[in-house]
Amino acid sequence: MAGGPQRLASGGATIDRGAPVRFTFDGRRLDGFAGDTLASALVANGIALVGRSFKYHRPRGLLGAGAEEPNGLVRLGAGSAVEPNTKATLVELHDGLVSSSQNRWPSLAFDVQAVNALLSPFFAAGFYYKTFMWPKSFWEKFYEPAIRRSAGLGRASGLPDPGRYDKVNAFCDVLVIGGGPAGLMAALAAGRAGARVILAEQDFVLGGRLLSERHEIDGMPSSAWSAQAAAELDGMPNVTVLRRAAVFGSYDSGTFGVVVSAAPGETGPRQTLWRIVTRSAVLATGAIERPLVFGGNDKPGIMLASAVRSYVNRFAALPGQQITLFTATDEGWNTAVDIAAAGGRVVAILDTRREVSPQLRALAPAAARIFLGADIKAGRGRLRLTAIDVVDRDGRAERIATDCLAMAGGWTPMGGMAIHLGGRLAWSERIGAPVPKSTPAMRIAGAAGGQLSLAESLASGAEAGLAAAEAAGHAAAAMAIPRSSDDVVTPFQRRPYAKTRRPAFVDFQNDVTAKDIALAVREGFAIPEHLKRYTTLGMGTDQGRTASLNAIEILADVTGHPSTELMPTSARPPETPIAIAALAGASRGEHFRPKRLPASHDWSAAHGGSFTEAGPWMRPRWYTRTGEADWLTTVNREVTTVRTSVGVCDVSTLGKLDLSGPDVAVFLDRVYTNLMSTVPVGKVRYGLMLREDGFVLDDGTAARLGETHFVISTTTANALRVTQHVEYCRQVLWPELDVSLVPVTDQWAQYAIAGPRSRDLLQALLGDRIDIGNAAFPYLAVKAFDWDGVEARLFRVSFSGELAYEIAVPASVGAAAFERLMDACVRLGGCAYGTEALGVMRIEKGHVAGSEINGQTTAADLGLGKMLSAKKDFVGKMLAQRPALAAADRPALVGLRPVDRAGRFSGGAHFLAPGATPSIEADEGWLTSVAFSPSLGHFIGLGFLRNGARRLGEQIRAYDPVRGRDTLVEVVPAAFVDPEGARLHV
Amino acid sequence: MRILCPYCGERDAHEFSIRGEAPMTRPVVIGVPMAEAVAALHDRRNPPGRTREFWYHGAGCRSWLLVDRDLRTHEVFGATLASGAF
Amino acid sequence: MRYSALSLAWNAATGHRFWKPAWRDAEPKPAYDVVIVGGGGHGLATAFYLAKNHGVRRIAVVEKGWIGNGSVGRNTTIIRSNYLHPANTRFYEFSMKLWEGLEQALNYNVMVSQRSILNVFHSDAQRDAYARRGNAMRIAGVDAELLDTDGVRKRYPFFDFDNARFPIRGGLLQPRGGTVRHDAVAWGYARAASDLGVDIIQNAEVVGIDIQGGRAVAVETTRGRITADRIGISVAGHTSHVAAMAGLVLPIESHVIQAFVTEAVKPLISGVVTFGAGHFYISQSDKGGLVFGGDIDGYGSYAGRGNLPVAEDVAEGGMALMPAIGRLRILRNWGGVVDMTPDGSPFIDLTPVQNLYLNGGWNYGGFKATPAAGWTFAHLLATGQSHELAAAYRLDRHATGRVIDENGQGAQPNLH
Repeated sequence: MAGGPQRLASGGATIDRGAPVRFTFDGRRLDGFAGDTLASALVANGIALVGRSFKYHRPRGLLGAGAEEPNGLVRLGAGSAVEPNTKATLVELHDGLVSSSQNRWPSLAFDVQAVNALLSPFFAAGFYYKTFMWPKSFWEKFYEPAIRRSAGLGRASGLPDPGRYDKVNAFCDVLVIGGGPAGLMAALAAGRAGARVILAEQDFVLGGRLLSERHEIDGMPSSAWSAQAAAELDGMPNVTVLRRAAVFGSYDSGTFGVVVSAAPGETGPRQTLWRIVTRSAVLATGAIERPLVFGGNDKPGIMLASAVRSYVNRFAALPGQQITLFTATDEGWNTAVDIAAAGGRVVAILDTRREVSPQLRALAPAAARIFLGADIKAGRGRLRLTAIDVVDRDGRAERIATDCLAMAGGWTPMGGMAIHLGGRLAWSERIGAPVPKSTPAMRIAGAAGGQLSLAESLASGAEAGLAAAEAAGHAAAAMAIPRSSDDVVTPFQRRPYAKTRRPAFVDFQNDVTAKDIALAVREGFAIPEHLKRYTTLGMGTDQGRTASLNAIEILADVTGHPSTELMPTSARPPETPIAIAALAGASRGEHFRPKRLPASHDWSAAHGGSFTEAGPWMRPRWYTRTGEADWLTTVNREVTTVRTSVGVCDVSTLGKLDLSGPDVAVFLDRVYTNLMSTVPVGKVRYGLMLREDGFVLDDGTAARLGETHFVISTTTANALRVTQHVEYCRQVLWPELDVSLVPVTDQWAQYAIAGPRSRDLLQALLGDRIDIGNAAFPYLAVKAFDWDGVEARLFRVSFSGELAYEIAVPASVGAAAFERLMDACVRLGGCAYGTEALGVMRIEKGHVAGSEINGQTTAADLGLGKMLSAKKDFVGKMLAQRPALAAADRPALVGLRPVDRAGRFSGGAHFLAPGATPSIEADEGWLTSVAFSPSLGHFIGLGFLRNGARRLGEQIRAYDPVRGRDTLVEVVPAAFVDPEGARLHV
Repeated sequence: MRILCPYCGERDAHEFSIRGEAPMTRPVVIGVPMAEAVAALHDRRNPPGRTREFWYHGAGCRSWLLVDRDLRTHEVFGATLASGAF
Repeated sequence: MRYSALSLAWNAATGHRFWKPAWRDAEPKPAYDVVIVGGGGHGLATAFYLAKNHGVRRIAVVEKGWIGNGSVGRNTTIIRSNYLHPANTRFYEFSMKLWEGLEQALNYNVMVSQRSILNVFHSDAQRDAYARRGNAMRIAGVDAELLDTDGVRKRYPFFDFDNARFPIRGGLLQPRGGTVRHDAVAWGYARAASDLGVDIIQNAEVVGIDIQGGRAVAVETTRGRITADRIGISVAGHTSHVAAMAGLVLPIESHVIQAFVTEAVKPLISGVVTFGAGHFYISQSDKGGLVFGGDIDGYGSYAGRGNLPVAEDVAEGGMALMPAIGRLRILRNWGGVVDMTPDGSPFIDLTPVQNLYLNGGWNYGGFKATPAAGWTFAHLLATGQSHELAAAYRLDRHATGRVIDENGQGAQPNLH
């Protein structure tokens, strides 16, 4: 038979018999149809054994046909595209699909670890808390590695995910979650009313149960009606239908997370994260059938009755030759009717109830034997169900040969998303399950809200859709509910759980049995939350969909508490498991975070620039020239060039804030520790800011361009934080001060020109456009000028300690300006220098940077205590006087050099007295910044040393055990080159 | 969580940086005695209910807002500019 | 019944019919020597050490819901002592030593698994900062190793070494770091404490603290009034509103931190790993799930749940560090309520109310502290004096300036 040997000759609501598909499972080549799931194709190929359970490695077959599937987990694909633990029931079959079973060795049919099942009495719930403690060292060496190896389900590829992922933001009036009868009606109602609707359905076809059951709506088969409804929705401009869309979470303010997967063969991202913001939602996620708990209820071939109906009706795949039905509800009988109608053989119907109505009995296929008040003592068979041992109300015991058992144990509404935001469930006696309540933010429709019958589903869907549309301002007349056949839904009847010696599974994936629950109760884990944690019940990839209510019933039975007082554990996102990569989208690899490039980037890249990350920026570390053996040679050359000639460095990444207004000087006096109101127009002052807690926030310069106009700079790392802080001061602390603030970091490109020949360079470049003689433009001068039509600013500031300037131009002309600067620079024998040379020179000068201003240091620690003005109050002044911040023996900034000048040390080493035994008490401080100084010919460093200021000349150890170093160093002032600063003023 | 920014309209919370609980009166950081300064910077009522926090719309208009919110439910009752709020 | 392979085998043979409850579900008595508010890991550990180390006999732990329902049951199970500040290094190393003997002390396998913790770094400055921390650890007698890129690659070949926005330049390794089965910590302490006579009272929410003449004398609970000579608050996440019953205003904000666990897979990640260019940390449980988390959401919250932006941010960090986890699916995501403090460090201290003691402010790091917090809080409750290892965790440290700010973010709780 095309499409597999168990394929029915006709029928199948969603399969396309004209589109045969070939796939493999565990290396076997198999046939299916487009429109199959992997699970339905396996059923059609007569394959019952699909996996092994987690703990006991018991042989398992498909239990369900959808997201509830606990057993049918497969590994999809090969190589880096491997996707482990995939529910076969949710995989859309396509040509060339490669799948394999998991958690077995050497093969699915013969799995060595199935020996675990023999030890199952020992492996009862919580066994591991009671043993493996002796001898102590054996846990990590022996027991745990063994447990880790045998745990886990599938195997990850270990290779980078080759898929592409993306994100979408969407907004709507009504989000309908689920495209079954209730969801379709809700979307139609809201869509026809004119609301912006998004309908999200996890399946690749809309319809839900309408595809799997043989109902009639408006005179046509329910699957045809759903196709018609889908077509209408697809045609509405105000409606977006998302298929293959897993709504996984309900978040605050109407935000929902949805992962939409590409169809097989579709180009574009593998999955897209939709962040949907909606005015309200309709939850129409249906209900999942409950298994029945009996000994050996996990044999391959034992399925949910609804799954059997789905395989038969939707996929025309017959899951067995001799099918039996075990039901606790009237709805279960419909499965027998459907099987018979499809030409399958129902050998027996077992109903747990002692009496059923004559109408129900009349439904039974003629050949089926009927057992009432029935229970199953055992499911039999090894790799597949072969028989069941039945007893009925009269104590009649019988073994019935069967290869497929359909279980109908009532329903579990899938209302989890209704309580993601903290909503509560209410127990419905009618269906024996907790159901969510509708709220204006989320209306519950259909079986998710306990409206189990088709007619109820259609009506409640329409009502919810209309109400949601109306709430969004789209009123519409009531909608006609299509006439449909209906189900007889009988009230749920509780059934005492069978006390059997055979394992009776409640959680199939995690191998939690009824006995495990009884044991947990005996040990005091008698509430659902403790039970879950102790037994792992409900913690598998099926998220306890088929286990939770049976567990509650058994718990109630064992403890004597009514089940209505035992709510299942709370539901949290994700409603359905979602790939980590889907949440990350395109933000990985190089695109993990945006890259910001200064205007000089292209020039640097073309001239040997080697780049490093500086916050969000990429900056050149150095510019390698041909023939330079290593980076140190390059950096030494750059430093020496600056110190003897001239160099240019892009410093645009430093933060720049433009402040203006009548009160700007007063404002800055409060923000900085030192006085800024006394800075004359045309001058720059170095400034220090404290946090409110008195520790140093940042340092930089304040340039006064006019009486009421300053431009201040921040470090690259703190640009955003300082902006936020200064805005806080301006808007929250002193809104009465008339000051405006514009961050202009990105608007201005700024270049440092440093070295004894920097003035020559500028002279050559600027000529007489601006007088830069030492008298007219002394140290710390600033001036705006016109540079050939470009608005430019020149600052005489220096980080290197040399005669130096910074020139700023609008970023739009920054690249051109940098080229002009470099042309002139090279002609003078100068060079561009990178962040490494910049760092070396600042250490040579003893200037503090990020390693020193690390958020834990005070102004005094940094040697900047004198910058705290006594003449005024400022942010942080009071709290900087707290005893521990003002203590005299705090570690303070010093310079360090190796006693043996050939020696070396590194940042992060700690200071110990010579001969001291390492201990917390003996620890006297640490090295913050270290560089090789080409100017001095040896390593130099900055560090914080206890009582540092009073210890110049002492010898201590730079103790660096993590690098295996211990270097004797000498404490010196924190300024190695031109300590008087004479070079600044020439 | 979505915040109705008085300048920018309704925006997702991830556009904002949050400073934490806001006092009932405008914070004063200069010219206050030590004990008061310590308490003002560190102590929080932190009620299991409705409160006001400072939020900064860093990815938008750079306004500091006072956001009125319930800490148990995350319900947002409104946001006003902090500059005019005290 | 003592747990052992033998007792397990005997019970297996007899159908597990004779196991007893792990702890007594006690009825409240009218009076105790010490009442501990909060049946989380810290509260239960405190009760155990009070009974064990100090011989206190009449002890009650009162819990609002069920024991282990707080942070101890909702964390990412990491233990480590890789701290920089001396006060923290001492305290957490003591905690680590207690972890190392906990199974034997409790006769309960809490699965302390020292599979190492690696902090990856991405720049020279970050390397130096980690070297400073590693050296501080070594000086204090704690294990620490600085790895270069190759050292990291050897352990974790599937990290993104070649294509990263922030390339991996090495890592700080603490070999003794690892994980512990979190729920089991609550149950193990509960069982051991209960065996020593501690009353564990569930479903008893404290709704008032009775203060007379400046002394705390009783707690009012939903199951009645209980008088006590001493009362210890150990309810991290909810410290502010419980302390408010005693009129206290504390330097604490409640925040939400999210955590995630994936479907189980065969062993992939051997130890605990943290990313240095974003907020992401991860380990793999014995069951096979990848357990991971990242930054707090940043807004005040008692809701116990977070939002999408931080979940996305965490996943981005994960994909940037190890793109091999892309197709693994997140199975559960939860949010826990945590006490965030202005310097990111906790409080174990007396309060201005006599006989009322506080253990709280654990930020997102209280789990690893459970044994030491219990030990030192028990000492405080028994003696009225701070234990020397917890002496820095004072409530007045923001007034004195003796802050314990590991990452230098300053006095803003949500930045730590």
